[in-house]
Amino acid sequence: MASKRIGAQTVRFASPPVILGAGVAAGPMEGDGPLGGSFDEVVPDLYLGQQTYEKAERELMKRACHHALAKARIDVKDLNYFLAGDLLNQLITSTFNALPLQTPFLGLYGACSTSMESLGLAAMLCDGGFADKVLVATSSHNATAERQYRYPVEYGSQRRPYAQWTVTAAGAAVVAAAGQGEGPRITHVTTGKVVDLGIKDPFDQGAAMAPAAIDTMLAHFNETGRSADYYDLIVTGDLASFGKEMALEVARRAGLELGDRYEDCGVMIYDRSRQDVHSGGSGCGCSAAVVFGHLLKQVSAGGRVRRLLVVATGALLSPTTFQQGENIPAIAHAVAIEA
Amino acid sequence: LEGDGNLVKVKQEGGLPSQQAAYSQLVSRMEPKPPRLANAVRAFLAGGIVCIVGEGLTDFFERVLNISHKEAGNPAVAGMILIGALLTGMGHFDKLARWAGAGLAVPVTGFANSMVATALEFKQEGLVYGIGGRMFQLAGAVIVFGVVTAFVVGIVYALASGYW
Repeated sequence: MASKRIGAQTVRFASPPVILGAGVAAGPMEGDGPLGGSFDEVVPDLYLGQQTYEKAERELMKRACHHALAKARIDVKDLNYFLAGDLLNQLITSTFNALPLQTPFLGLYGACSTSMESLGLAAMLCDGGFADKVLVATSSHNATAERQYRYPVEYGSQRRPYAQWTVTAAGAAVVAAAGQGEGPRITHVTTGKVVDLGIKDPFDQGAAMAPAAIDTMLAHFNETGRSADYYDLIVTGDLASFGKEMALEVARRAGLELGDRYEDCGVMIYDRSRQDVHSGGSGCGCSAAVVFGHLLKQVSAGGRVRRLLVVATGALLSPTTFQQGENIPAIAHAVAIEA
Repeated sequence: LEGDGNLVKVKQEGGLPSQQAAYSQLVSRMEPKPPRLANAVRAFLAGGIVCIVGEGLTDFFERVLNISHKEAGNPAVAGMILIGALLTGMGHFDKLARWAGAGLAVPVTGFANSMVATALEFKQEGLVYGIGGRMFQLAGAVIVFGVVTAFVVGIVYALASGYW
């Protein structure tokens, strides 16, 4: 077995890579939410001075990358890789942003799990000795995602209470090999498997993804020998309120007690009592904004969170598959971040 | 789903289809239900208001243009379409519809919204392929099934009324 592999899905880094710096650019609703103050930049509207929403999302990711590079105090030419992903067909936000960076680029698609898919892969590249510094970025934009997956922005429809609101935000982080700087350490990565528990309703992504999150958590705990209380905080990516409830139920049935240390980024990013987002947030930008903008700042040796497990969840549907009546497969990737 | 701490193992041994059925049942039992009664009341009120405005327009055209009440229906419908289109373009329709539901979707205002929203959405893709090609993306189904239904009803009506 490969020396850094400790189980069927989990790897442990010999010299844990660090997160040198992270940046978040978020939309107006996200800025108005409870975590608005922790983002590097909150843009006043969904267009960002661009002609189309697609260009606006691209600009959002660009700004997040610039914030991350500035905070890591490194230059674009120091990067060995740029790993990025988004929700749009052919990953246009990521690929068009990779053009001006002129850095070796790998595009990733894991739907909303891409934030941790890219972070985990960046850590593997660094600990494997293939890279010193890697930039990762993910984004989502409410208007572009709604257009691609659902309805036009101005179309009037009544949403289900368990429907989620696609987050307009981009998050980026610079991962560096051990010894290349200071920051929260990435110690373990548990890569998820695709799980399909038969959910077909494209508005019920939280319920579709909840079993994938618990599946990956169980694999992580089994293979690392850790229990849930090893972590000060365990967050899932974008299950939102109802998905979180389902995750707790599935965990309970599988004999896993998560308790108070479990949170969900889709619940944290909005204030559901005054923001009209139904169940909560979703999208690649959701976990990226909450983790890179808010949670990483709390990971410190003496702080409230010394050990953080992020389980980013992705619903792997396309408009074609659900129109053709297929189930919504889901995936979740876990990354352990420690002070 | 009941397991020994290992969901994966359960999944393989328990058989996927049975587990999917069990999970779907669990989800439909636990998921928050839409407030059906409140939605129906709102749809009734909003739909009623739309109809009052429509009737008002019909009376208006009947008097102003000096035409019969039946003839005044056509410009009144056009007026309702205009109102729906304007509300969509100004960005109010989606917010109103979120509250009103079927009350705004079922009348011709909903049809106007589905066309204008799509045209706005795709205008960046050009006049021909963007607006022209995509405008009926949502409304197309209404037209197709509207025409088919009208055809069938027309035939039944003709047969029933002895008009042959």
